[in-house]
Amino acid sequence: MSLIIEVKDLHRLFGDIHAVDGLTFDIEPGEVFGLLGPNGAGKTTTVRLLNGILPPSSGSIRIFGLNPAEQGEQVRQKTGVLTENPSLYERLSARENLTFFGTLAEIPEEVLGGRVTEILSFFELESRAQDKVETYSKGMKQRLALARALLHQPPLLFLDEPTSGLDPEAALQVNALIESLSHKGQTIILCTHNLTEAERLCDRVAVMNTGRVLALGSLADLSRRLWPATWLDIQLWEAPAESILEAAKSFRGVKQVQAESVSLSVRLESKETIPSFVRHLVESGASILRVNPRAHSLEDIYFAIQNGQKAGEL
Amino acid sequence: MNWRSIRAIALKDFKEVRQNKAAWIPALVIPLVFALGMPLLFVGLPQLIPVEDMAREMGDMQDFIVRMPVNVQQIFAATSLEQGFVIYMTGFLLAPMFLIMPLMFSSIIGADSFVGERERKTMEALLYTPASDGTLFMGKIIASVVPAILLSWLSYALYIVVVNAASWPLFGRIWFPLPAWWPLMFWLTPAISLLGMAATVLISSRVRTFMEAYQLTGSLVVLVLALMVGQISGVLFLGVVSTFLIGTLVWVVDAALIYISVGTFNRTSLIAKI
Repeated sequence: MSLIIEVKDLHRLFGDIHAVDGLTFDIEPGEVFGLLGPNGAGKTTTVRLLNGILPPSSGSIRIFGLNPAEQGEQVRQKTGVLTENPSLYERLSARENLTFFGTLAEIPEEVLGGRVTEILSFFELESRAQDKVETYSKGMKQRLALARALLHQPPLLFLDEPTSGLDPEAALQVNALIESLSHKGQTIILCTHNLTEAERLCDRVAVMNTGRVLALGSLADLSRRLWPATWLDIQLWEAPAESILEAAKSFRGVKQVQAESVSLSVRLESKETIPSFVRHLVESGASILRVNPRAHSLEDIYFAIQNGQKAGEL
Repeated sequence: MNWRSIRAIALKDFKEVRQNKAAWIPALVIPLVFALGMPLLFVGLPQLIPVEDMAREMGDMQDFIVRMPVNVQQIFAATSLEQGFVIYMTGFLLAPMFLIMPLMFSSIIGADSFVGERERKTMEALLYTPASDGTLFMGKIIASVVPAILLSWLSYALYIVVVNAASWPLFGRIWFPLPAWWPLMFWLTPAISLLGMAATVLISSRVRTFMEAYQLTGSLVVLVLALMVGQISGVLFLGVVSTFLIGTLVWVVDAALIYISVGTFNRTSLIAKI
């Protein structure tokens, strides 16, 4: 499958400040890729570089095979960007806003009106289409900004803090929209510091700080790399006999075993050994009701990386 | 450059400025004062001032008149005292003042378009569109300059009607505009509009708010006042040739300023100010 984005050793300096420092990543079609990091991590600068708004200081970017620094207009034809601030013309109506941006995106005049109506309807803004945007709630503005980003049906969508400043209900609406786009195969780059949102939506994430990628991969990959050893919680039909405990302790790759009533907690060297370990217990006479590998949330992973724990291993 | 996009930017900016009362109220008041209030005052004065005061005033005018080209002096030779006063005030002294309008209109709309866009935090979305830097720049130039020229021409049209109508009892014929007003309206006015816009673009890279930009470009009024002082003192007479030459000079300055502005108007420098 051909890559949509290829970034190699990308750097961007502002004076002495390294806003983006040696970024390298690829994105495949249909992927939802998260750029995570605190404010000032370099997420927004990365989006600007990828869209040809800023030229890189060094390194290379290819988006759909194009170089954004030299072919920015063609790149922006294929991208839609939801900026952190909705950036809407408040004195104009929703329809006027979309018609304006649709014209700049070079949507043919004969289809523009229909497309605007269609997208207003999709985002449930049709009944307020003629009202000035300044009368809209924050959630409606964010939906309209998202509608603008999708108006010209770009194959690549950038979402910079899509739920920033929204109340929980509006945030939920926007997340549901992003989720539905993702299900339709839309390629999305999501910049956020909302980890719950990223965990729910992203296939892979890059954890950034001070312009550098500290870690990159899927949630499972990162978890595995950070914590190769894993805890397994096992619920048994009855309290384990000594022979079962011995069988557990003697299994290769088992680091630690804790027993309590009808539960066993076992620390294994790696997740890969779980199936054979469970089989071994069953063969040793254990009556297993439930097996539950302890999962790490993105939040655990993020803070482990940001706090520098094991970051050197990633 | 994409002309459909240019037109969309210009229309959008014009729609926006129309809704900015701080921008268009002065743009409405000043033409009314210049095109309606001033001519009515200067045409009405000869009816109110005693003849001897008028004669003294005309005596002061003589210094100005004798420095005029001979063919222009003849305009006064064939007029009555009252007619001479009206021609002097409305046809000559007010002429440079009218240049304040294109300057003001273009700098108001320009400030709203270039700086207001940033102030209202709408610039970023505009920069993420496929429109080229040249298209954005041209759209914004047209948004500022075309309405400025049209509004100025509308003010001139109103002034012409008011001057001729109010002075009809004195002249009994349409005598205005005088020949020097043609290059003033159609050569110098567009040049001055562009000057106001180009200055706004340059200033916009150094200021944060619409009001700051508007106030700074307002200082260009000094140039117009210099023309007025030159006209009153007789140092510079705005005749057909001199108006055309001043216009040409302003066009050259415009070209230089636009050249510099184009260099500053690019996504990299614009995004840095958001």
